[in-house]
Amino acid sequence: MSLLLAVSIGVVVSAAVYLFLARDLPRVLIGFVLLGMAANLAILAAGRIGPWMPPLVPSGAQALPAGAGNPLPQALILTAIVIGFGLMAFALMLIVKAQALLGSVRSEDMHEAETSATADAPLLEAEPYAPGRTVQPAASDVEAEKTRHAS
Amino acid sequence: MSQVLVVAPLLIPLLAAGLTAVLRRHLSAQRWLGLASAVALLLVAARLLWETSDGRILVAQMGNWPAPFGISLVIDLFSAIMILITGVMAVAVAIYALGPGAQVRDSAGFQPLFHSLLLGVCGAFSTGDLFNLYVWFEVMLIASFGLLVLDRTREQLDGGLRYVMLNLVGTTLFLLAVGLLYGLTGTLNLADIARVAPTLDNQGALAAVGVLLLVSFGSKAAVFPVFNWLPAAYHTASMPVAAIFAALLTKVGVYAIIRVFSLIFAHDTAFFGPVLAAVAIATMVFGVLGAASHHDVRKILSFHIISQIGYMLVGIALMTPLAIAGSILYITHHIVVKANLFLLAGAIRSEGGSFHLSRLGGLWIMAPMLAILFLVPALSLAGVPPFSGFWAKLVVIRSSLEGGAVIVAFAALSVGLLTLYSMVKIWNEAFWKAAPADAATPAPLTRQERIATYVPITVLAAITLSIGLWAEPFARLSMTAAESLLDRTGYISAVLGAVPTQVSEVLR
Repeated sequence: MSLLLAVSIGVVVSAAVYLFLARDLPRVLIGFVLLGMAANLAILAAGRIGPWMPPLVPSGAQALPAGAGNPLPQALILTAIVIGFGLMAFALMLIVKAQALLGSVRSEDMHEAETSATADAPLLEAEPYAPGRTVQPAASDVEAEKTRHAS
Repeated sequence: MSQVLVVAPLLIPLLAAGLTAVLRRHLSAQRWLGLASAVALLLVAARLLWETSDGRILVAQMGNWPAPFGISLVIDLFSAIMILITGVMAVAVAIYALGPGAQVRDSAGFQPLFHSLLLGVCGAFSTGDLFNLYVWFEVMLIASFGLLVLDRTREQLDGGLRYVMLNLVGTTLFLLAVGLLYGLTGTLNLADIARVAPTLDNQGALAAVGVLLLVSFGSKAAVFPVFNWLPAAYHTASMPVAAIFAALLTKVGVYAIIRVFSLIFAHDTAFFGPVLAAVAIATMVFGVLGAASHHDVRKILSFHIISQIGYMLVGIALMTPLAIAGSILYITHHIVVKANLFLLAGAIRSEGGSFHLSRLGGLWIMAPMLAILFLVPALSLAGVPPFSGFWAKLVVIRSSLEGGAVIVAFAALSVGLLTLYSMVKIWNEAFWKAAPADAATPAPLTRQERIATYVPITVLAAITLSIGLWAEPFARLSMTAAESLLDRTGYISAVLGAVPTQVSEVLR
């Protein structure tokens, strides 16, 4: 059982690493989800798996009976799933926003942060946020997108 | 009473984050509430430092579960120093954030996120439980994600995405390491792990977990070779945010490295010492070379964060009392100086109209006060006496010479020289040379904005000067903190009691 779990953790991690190498960010995000799952499985495997009794204290007793399973890994995994879900939702929103503002979800199309630190960059002012406003991608970006699809 | 005191650094930012979120439409109320909470945090932190200054360890068991069953909060002198410096930064940045752009920032939700960040940082500094540390890291991380993309500009989205993706992987590795360490030791309480770790049969697996922890904390602390996210993201943030990031986020990673490696892996210094020393040297050198090649004030400062992290790791690599005291002194000095430099970068932007050196110039004439205030942290960062950086560097270099690590000492000295080079570069270009023809003319600051900008800068410069001129108490505190960090049995018995409950032995 442990061996099966170990092998599946390895497979999930390698799938995650493969997805990290992808160019578009949604795939990278799925890779992150997979890596989180692998970490959760590792916690489960670390806390004794096998044919144990459910970890319930019988009425009147003060402690778990011998042969009960370990409840702690479940608690840890539950916490990690909740946190991971929150982070994933945020990252997904960021990608959606990047699609709206930068016109692309491919990491190689994004160099705003680098060009803004060079001398000839226009002075960027923080614009007040208006809900529902989306910025059209620049014409050159649209052209680049077309040529990429054509090729 | 001491139980309440231990929890107070968590309750104050939590309360402030909740209240400022409720007061979403009342920006001015939010601001003053935020400032009041930052001051309260500072006062509590000062009291904590007072309580722990003789090396005493304050412990509170959450829910009154005896350790190691529940979550323990442990505040020793090192934690208290870090929480105090967090309080100082919270006040400085809360005042600075009243300055230019406050309206836009606050309506985007700066205050709740700022206090959530402080909550995560204080939690990470005060927890005595490894999984709890992971949770605080995530609290800190999600707040920093929000703060980084606060203005929602294109460059922030780009920088934010890089920051988010790399940090997500870093924390997941941390979670994996927590799981593996739990499997090895059967416990998550740091003190209990420290008790069990030297007696484990499978030391190889423990060392593997150590490397995994080093990678994940290192990616938080931006050490070589996992530092790339920092210069890609920090310069896009608005200046108060960049200042609090530069002051605290990477230092939480350094804190976690020092705490975990001095507690759990102290018996394995023969393996981790050289690894950490090599990482420290590479971090110093690559950071400072990156800084030398850039011409944007924010980029230069971002790369300098990385190079300075290297100095802080020297202590944990050598694991002698003097070396760890040097690390603690260095962290204290660096947080003040680096946050101040980012605040100054914001002031340079408001006075000179740009962050880029080629568009700046003549600030010595336009803002002589700013120029003098810039010199204090800039020279301190490079380690010029009589500023705080001199003493911090002196202790680090002396301890590495005493420890026989001549290469570390040489790297530290030459990196200091290159630091001076890039600080002089900013000075020459922004302040000394004549203003270029295409220099931007920014809108002048209002009186209130000017006060909000200059008060924190002046106070932080004064702190830098007082560490420099009156180094004795700071050095003594660092030395006491280092000795209590190296006294593992003291920490273990303070948390677990004299006769610890043998939970891991019962379960296995």
